[in-house]
Amino acid sequence: MNVDKTDFESPHVELKNVTFSRGERVIYDDISMVFPKGKITAIMGPSGIGKTTLLRLIGGQLYPDSGDIIVAGQNIPQLSRKGLYSAREKMSMLFQSGALFTEMNVFDNVAFPIREHTKLPEDIIRTMVLMKLEAVGLRGAHQLMPNELSGGMARRAALARSIALDPELIMYDEPFVGQDPISMGVLVRLIRNLNTSLNLTSIVVSHDVKEVMGIADYMYIIADKRVIGHGTKEQLLASESPLVQQFLKGLADGPVPFHYPAPSISQDLMQG
Amino acid sequence: MISKKVELLVGFFVALGIAALMFLALNVASSGMSGSGETYNLYAKFQNIGGLKVRSSIKVGGVVIGRVEEIKLDTEDYAPVAKLAIDAKYNNFPDTSSLSILTSGLLGEQYLGLEPGFIDETVGILGEGDFIEDTKSALVLEELIGQFLFSQGNE
Amino acid sequence: MDWIQNLGRNTIERFTAIGRATFMLIGAIVAKPNLVKGFPLFVQQVYVIGVLSLVIIVVSGLFIGMVLALQGYTVLVDYGAEDSLGQMVSLSLLRELGPVVTALLFAGRAGSALTAEIGLMKATEQLTSLEMMAVDPLRRVVAPRFWAGVFSMPILAILFSSVGLLGGHLVGVEWLGVDHGSFWSIMQASVQFEGDILNGIIKSFVFAIVVTWIAIFRGYDAIPTSEGISQATTQTVVQSSLAVLGLDFVLTALMFGG
Repeated sequence: MNVDKTDFESPHVELKNVTFSRGERVIYDDISMVFPKGKITAIMGPSGIGKTTLLRLIGGQLYPDSGDIIVAGQNIPQLSRKGLYSAREKMSMLFQSGALFTEMNVFDNVAFPIREHTKLPEDIIRTMVLMKLEAVGLRGAHQLMPNELSGGMARRAALARSIALDPELIMYDEPFVGQDPISMGVLVRLIRNLNTSLNLTSIVVSHDVKEVMGIADYMYIIADKRVIGHGTKEQLLASESPLVQQFLKGLADGPVPFHYPAPSISQDLMQG
Repeated sequence: MISKKVELLVGFFVALGIAALMFLALNVASSGMSGSGETYNLYAKFQNIGGLKVRSSIKVGGVVIGRVEEIKLDTEDYAPVAKLAIDAKYNNFPDTSSLSILTSGLLGEQYLGLEPGFIDETVGILGEGDFIEDTKSALVLEELIGQFLFSQGNE
Repeated sequence: MDWIQNLGRNTIERFTAIGRATFMLIGAIVAKPNLVKGFPLFVQQVYVIGVLSLVIIVVSGLFIGMVLALQGYTVLVDYGAEDSLGQMVSLSLLRELGPVVTALLFAGRAGSALTAEIGLMKATEQLTSLEMMAVDPLRRVVAPRFWAGVFSMPILAILFSSVGLLGGHLVGVEWLGVDHGSFWSIMQASVQFEGDILNGIIKSFVFAIVVTWIAIFRGYDAIPTSEGISQATTQTVVQSSLAVLGLDFVLTALMFGG
């Protein structure tokens, strides 16, 4: 799959000059991004720069200080509460922890959004849930409670829940963190397959360069409150920016320094 | 999705609560004069009501027939007036009846004792809003002692 | 100057917390209730909050009633007034101990569990994920728990008082030999339904609102780490116990003081 110019003309999600700060600390400074429809777009960057915050901004859980966040033609920060809730019915988010409801079994977890938002009869819900679970390979586990699942299985069950109502947009928050290589492979394949079969717009937030390179159609690299590089896999690899190169190759020192900002070591030691 | 067992136990819990409330209401609280029955009002003026309070009981021969509903001061002669709520069942006390403030036991609560008077043609029956004329005030211990000492001194 | 600044900061923090708690409560109870979906959630929470607290309430009620009778007897017998034991036990239970001890036990048993549960739901992103599924966590999580707490505690308090009376009867009449007839008749002569029983229930209702509110808010507002949740749980027990005892004084002064 490739991305061409036309994809950017009618994007699914668009951030225009967004500035966001938490207290005194500026997280994003005048950032602009475009997420084409039906593609997998990845957001990469070092830990602790608020990649999850970006997803929450898109989901309308946080409000930017300034700027527009446009999802499917609607400006999220300006929506009323009701409008925001109906916009959220068309988007979905896979949380880092899975966020399965601990007091329900896998089946009820997946059925939850369907029961909340539709008035379908139980037998249809059952069929829908089992199909979603089949898609993630957990149909046999529908009676298990979340605490009986392994980390990878919990994330797959949560994935089944996030696609239960066939959303148009799905956001993955660090889907590969803490997974063994096999479940990592399974998740990578699932994200790819779901994207093509349901024609979803996917946004993946991650710092696992290898896995992301394998599935993303387009990538953004964020560091230091702004986008430091974006493009397809080839474009990024060919990038001359030392920041991008440092991140992609995983070098310890470079433009992003190894050391947290501090006075010189001799000065610090002398004080003791 | 809640199980039958949960529903059953919650039902049991609520039923238990209602049963306990009934137990408290019927077995523990005074069921007779709780203000719900029909009553009529009489008034009585005293010189001194001592420790009489709102809700003190009114008894005839030890049987409770009503309660004091309100106590206030007559602004003309500054004497306390008690408003009594009497059970409508007991509605033929003659207006010669007398009312005294008594004490149950040495340290007990004060209550009103109603002594029904004689009946003949000239005597009316007490009805809503009437005053009981013949009242005896509370015994105030200090006054009693004072009188006792005074009479001792006279001898 | 430091302590003035600290005082200022603490005051501001207190008041903003009260503000956030009020917004949470209003969001939870003003939102249009969905009876078809809401009622099963409510029943489930009455089970968790009320039914599961039954054992501790009943056992404590029994023992407190027994101790009251035993202590009361030793004092009253000196004045030859042991017949009034029923009055003493019933009035102490209905007016004070029933509502207050129930509220304290409730804060420790159900309140702390509520805080921990909601705090954990927050820490594991369940609340956020509800929001992202376009389900309002205030209505889905907070409201049923709040109503269940407000509904359950008065029932528990009534049960506590009743069981306590039976315990008092057991010790006073069966064991210490107070006359059965006078135990109950003196009690009946002095206890009034509105004055004592109803006021006790009203007290317990007020405590229920305050304790459940504090418990839920502490969970909802907890810092989503294991440390934050354990801190929030402690705060629930401390703050709701203090609130119950303080409010008890105010309510008693209003109800029985005049």
